[in-house]
Amino acid sequence: MSLLLEISDLRIQGQSEGRDWVELVKGISLELETGEVLGLIGESGAGKSTIGLSALGYAREGCRLAAGSIRLNGEELLGAAHERLREIRGVRVAYVAQSAAAAFNPAHRLNAQVTEAAVRHGIMAAEPALAEAKRLYAKLRLPDPDRFGERYPHQVSGGQLQRAMTAMAMVARPQLIVFDEPTTALDVTTQIEVLAAIKDAIRDEGTAALYITHDLAVVAQIADRIMVLRYGELVEEGPTRQILYEPQADYTRALVNVRRVELNKEHHASGLAAAEVEGVTALYGQFVALKDISVRVEPSTTLAVVGESGSGKSTLARVITGLLPPTTGEIRLRGERLPARLKDRTKDQLRRLQLIYQMPDVALNPRQTIEEIIGRPLSFYFGRRGQERRRRVEELLDSVELPKAFARRYPSELSGGQKQRVCIARALAAEPEVIICDEVTSALDAQVADGVLRLLLRLQAETEMSYLFITHDLATVKAIADSIVVMHQGRVVEQGAKHEVLSPPHDPYTELLLSSVPEMEIGWLDRTLAGRAAKKSRGELVLDSADR
Amino acid sequence: MRGISVSTIVGFAIILLFALTALFGPLLAPYGESEVVGDVWEPFSAQFPLGTDSLGRDVLTRLLYGASRTIGVALAAALLSFAIGMSLGFLAAVVGGWIDHALSRAIDILMAIPTLIFALVVLSVLPPSVIVLVLVIAILDSTRVFRLSRAVAMDVAVMDFVEVARLRGERLGWVITREVLPNTLPPLIAEFGLRFCFAFLFLSSLSFLGLGIQPPAADWGGMVRDNANAISFGLIVPLIPAAAIAILTIGVNLVVDWQLRRSSTARRRA
Repeated sequence: MSLLLEISDLRIQGQSEGRDWVELVKGISLELETGEVLGLIGESGAGKSTIGLSALGYAREGCRLAAGSIRLNGEELLGAAHERLREIRGVRVAYVAQSAAAAFNPAHRLNAQVTEAAVRHGIMAAEPALAEAKRLYAKLRLPDPDRFGERYPHQVSGGQLQRAMTAMAMVARPQLIVFDEPTTALDVTTQIEVLAAIKDAIRDEGTAALYITHDLAVVAQIADRIMVLRYGELVEEGPTRQILYEPQADYTRALVNVRRVELNKEHHASGLAAAEVEGVTALYGQFVALKDISVRVEPSTTLAVVGESGSGKSTLARVITGLLPPTTGEIRLRGERLPARLKDRTKDQLRRLQLIYQMPDVALNPRQTIEEIIGRPLSFYFGRRGQERRRRVEELLDSVELPKAFARRYPSELSGGQKQRVCIARALAAEPEVIICDEVTSALDAQVADGVLRLLLRLQAETEMSYLFITHDLATVKAIADSIVVMHQGRVVEQGAKHEVLSPPHDPYTELLLSSVPEMEIGWLDRTLAGRAAKKSRGELVLDSADR
Repeated sequence: MRGISVSTIVGFAIILLFALTALFGPLLAPYGESEVVGDVWEPFSAQFPLGTDSLGRDVLTRLLYGASRTIGVALAAALLSFAIGMSLGFLAAVVGGWIDHALSRAIDILMAIPTLIFALVVLSVLPPSVIVLVLVIAILDSTRVFRLSRAVAMDVAVMDFVEVARLRGERLGWVITREVLPNTLPPLIAEFGLRFCFAFLFLSSLSFLGLGIQPPAADWGGMVRDNANAISFGLIVPLIPAAAIAILTIGVNLVVDWQLRRSSTARRRA
């Protein structure tokens, strides 16, 4: 092994709109041997992607590599000539972006794009490059490797596209690949396959990698060493085993122990459900989005609706709120049947059912102050005005643990977690019986998400609201649900109390879903895949996610 | 006020100057609007600072009188075209469905006819009055405003906060004026500047063709036409009102550029 990449005291600065340069990366040093995998982990704003890109001698628009040194095989990249950097990028260092869908050109076939770097840089002729691409497709377990690359990007699935992008990075046989959250946008059952494919491919090819992610459980499966970053500074660095099992810094410990929200309460199903969906079928044009769905939310409990993208869980929310009238079936609120269409519902029916969205950025009107945003339901439903309204807004801000002074601010002056709290306050203002939470924590960093979940649980205890909690994240479900509905392709696969659904025996799809959630253990990935292979060889029914 | 460049200041200065002229022009004018005070096409002199026109009227006087009329009509037409175009455009974007289809197709038909020819036909049939002029320019221009406001409003109408308002049970009027409108203003304000220029130039071309503001009332486009023959004698009289038109157009565009830059950086930040 020899030293491949050496970054020392790297400082990267960023500038936003006429302001002064701010230091984003504050003196980071790292070393990477050939064939080694280093995990960079941290929450958003930690500077991990910025550091990853600097390994290609690149800084994003509005950023600059200000000081320090980046040496690849002893050659300084910081300040190197543009022509020299171009010879290195894609040849000796390659990059795999988070969103393969955005990184591929939709107008060209995959083969042309995958082989482009090798051919353009004159490393290989078109023919051998194509052969190499096909070899990599097979290695990455893509279906039909000989023909796979003849398709266009929109003709393959997200997980396949992410693997195609890995092939694109590897085709010129670089010494180092920077993976920037390559599995974050994927469903869990797809993530496990892509992760395994990437892991095998880089090990067999002897490629070194910088693996950037916010998910410690994911990086633990693939990295030899881990660096924990926060606010552009190093928190802790060490072998994966040490970071996982003997973390030194408080921040690392918090990352390892995240999701300690736990709920222990007993509920007894009693009479009328808070909300009830019965025999609902809904269509998008000809496509059956929901097929005969029946679910029940008990008073002051949380029902988690779990499923992957395309399972119909968000459609269910649209049906309940009246945005998408179902073709058959009914929706009841405390036994009272709701009209199917939004415009036929009374003001009071609308008030009793509130919705909180996934992306707080677009759920708040950027031109209204927080007071206007939270105050509107107060005047709309309860006719509160002036001083009385202002007092109630302050109370609500207080109950979502935000300072009263925020009332005068605009959404753009708040962080993501704070915005989501404002959305919660707006829903609370209507004094609802049921709140539908649509992936409310998935756009937030783990620790911020944890705080929001705690808040939701506390509010439920205080006000006896019920939640219909839509999510793809099983850790969240374990933390807050009383009962669970598992959805797959528009149908309910399994439902029941939390402990029933989460303990065996499972429906095969639930089994696949549960076993695909990365655990914070070294070797989890290999063990899980080996377990699945063994089951299959015994002839048991195992759903396969390889072709997604 | 960050990011104001010299060109923006020049633009504002030009607009201010023309606005003052439009407001107080008739008070400053040395002679009466259609008073014949000298010979035909007299050169610049202390008595006639910008010379006289084809009938021996003072050019400066007519320029000052023409300012309020030309700018006033163009402004009224631009405002009216925005009132029509924005209300219909927002309605189409927010309500969607068949209302959107009906409005969009109707506007397409109107846009398919060349604007100037359409205006000439209508104006030669209807009595030539200022109100008819404003209405014709406004309606023809509102098709463009409709297209833009519909497109901008559609981007905003799909945002979750608009859905929140709908789920709350808000009326259409609230959704349009409180949720959608404030988020579409920057590009529309920029567009207003451009539309004002077009209305202004359009009015001037109509006057030049004899279908705009009727003589003896002074207006800049008409002044260019009245004195067009002077060009053959090497006189610059027709270029003076033309220059006034050009300068105001440039001034407004400088300010519009600034507004566009501002809204695009604001968008990028968001």
